[in-house]
Amino acid sequence: MTDLTTLTLAAALDGMEKKQFSSLEITNAFIDAIDKANPHLNAYVVTTPELARERAKASDARRAQGKAGALEGAPLGIKDLFCTEGVRTTACSGVLGEFTPTYESTVSGNLFRDGAVMLGKLNMDEFAMGSSNETSHFGPVVSPWRRGNEDTKLTPGGSSGGSASAVSADLCLGATATDTGGSIRQPAAFTGTVGIKPTYGRCSRWGIVAFASSLDQAGPIAKTVEDSAILLQSMAGHDPKDSTSLTNALPDFRAATKRSIKGMRIGVPEEYRVDGMPPEIEALWQQGIEWVKAAGATIVPISLKHTKYALPAYYIVAPAEASSNLARYDGMRYGARVAGKDLNSTYENTRASGFGKEVQRRILIGTYVLSAGYYDAYYLRAQKVRQRIAQDFRDAFEKVDAILTPATPSAAFGLGEKSGDPVAMYLNDIFTVTANLAGLPALALPAATDANGLPLGLQVIGKALDEESVFAVSAELERAANFRAKAAKWWL
Amino acid sequence: MSIDEKTVRKVAKLARLALPEDRVKPMADELNGIMAWIEQLNEVDVEGVEPMTSAVEGLSLPMREDIVTAGDDPQKVLKNAPKSEDGFFVVPKVVE
Repeated sequence: MTDLTTLTLAAALDGMEKKQFSSLEITNAFIDAIDKANPHLNAYVVTTPELARERAKASDARRAQGKAGALEGAPLGIKDLFCTEGVRTTACSGVLGEFTPTYESTVSGNLFRDGAVMLGKLNMDEFAMGSSNETSHFGPVVSPWRRGNEDTKLTPGGSSGGSASAVSADLCLGATATDTGGSIRQPAAFTGTVGIKPTYGRCSRWGIVAFASSLDQAGPIAKTVEDSAILLQSMAGHDPKDSTSLTNALPDFRAATKRSIKGMRIGVPEEYRVDGMPPEIEALWQQGIEWVKAAGATIVPISLKHTKYALPAYYIVAPAEASSNLARYDGMRYGARVAGKDLNSTYENTRASGFGKEVQRRILIGTYVLSAGYYDAYYLRAQKVRQRIAQDFRDAFEKVDAILTPATPSAAFGLGEKSGDPVAMYLNDIFTVTANLAGLPALALPAATDANGLPLGLQVIGKALDEESVFAVSAELERAANFRAKAAKWWL
Repeated sequence: MSIDEKTVRKVAKLARLALPEDRVKPMADELNGIMAWIEQLNEVDVEGVEPMTSAVEGLSLPMREDIVTAGDDPQKVLKNAPKSEDGFFVVPKVVE
């Protein structure tokens, strides 16, 4: 029998439908795989094998009664940013202690409504602040990928590093993730997986630990473009509990992956040709251009002239919103309280010992840019620059149906290689952060490997609410790239 | 605008973060490194540009009925409390 853990989500759902195997069988296969790999990869911070078996059995019973949902019996991993009822949720921060929600996030609840089985909670950068998973309270995630024969530990990217590593290493069929500046797409690009951040508001933020509320958006990391469409279909949808949740009807995302891109106009922004970009990334981009042309699309050069200001604007907006969102962690109602001599010092000790270094740095930046006398110079200016960036996209989408760019400026780097220099780390998100600022859907998919055999990704950005074009172009690129590289399972 | 040590102490106080004295200078350096990079935003002409406050255009905040939709379950609310007693959170003395 084939190793069930290597199946795509689509193939696994099909196999269960045809009674080739049960949810309990595939769930057990994943539990075994996690047992073997997790001591090496640290992708899961909580595993819930008993709960998974119980839910898999219930799922098999539902299927036997002809009541199978869209994800019936599919074992998934859930990023630790999503509150899961009765299962510890800490956003991989020390400040939340052993916090165990008494409620379920809307997005994870939607997946379970459709029959999915949870394998556990996935590691991530603390409060989703990071691009390498090194800021997690539970230690960094290790990528299953290696440079040639070296045994240097590489980052799976961040902040959804656990999600990316787990999907890439066959430790779940797919995973939830979130993206505030690139946290779905950069890890997907680093690990040869597919990740989509939908239009802002497609997925409810209710029950997801907040980082920067005007930028945060949930989405899946999956093995294929089609799998990501299947997962997003379940995750997305209107939720009255999130006032920014969109009421627009959901299109059939999976159907969009079968659509022809003949006649589509694909924009190529000159500003994404950044200094110091490795020739391999440039070559990959060119290759992507050739692939969409061969499929009958037209390439249109476009200009997104405020691109270089996106990251600095992000590092005002995101820390400002984070400093406000994270004010709630005071050790009074939940989390790990560290007593001081009075109320204020209890707050200060709790927060200083609970938050990691990067989170503290961002809280201080956010507090500084919002403080009296600096608000106009920083926050207000950043919001205006954000408008300029969004306007660049609005203008571009007058002429094109989708935009094609590289997903990251490099392949995955080694753990510790960039952690000493915050700005160098922030530059990882240079190609992804613009879509967050403008609220647009964007997908990263693997398209080639570099000289060391590491995956490199392309990104497709769409108009607001037009995930369908993003899926259509991405699926075409996926077919053309025929990416088959897989990380060797060196931990076995 | 350079961030001095006094500003770092003030901001840490506002953010309720205990910052050990030996971390003040390094933190000032780190913040200045980041803020110096952010200064390039001053190159952008933002004359007459409306600040963007929402990622999606044309959305107005929906109103809901002012009714109780959840609650009346103190056990659930207190479940994660670091300290509780008789259905209440126990916190350090707030008013002297």
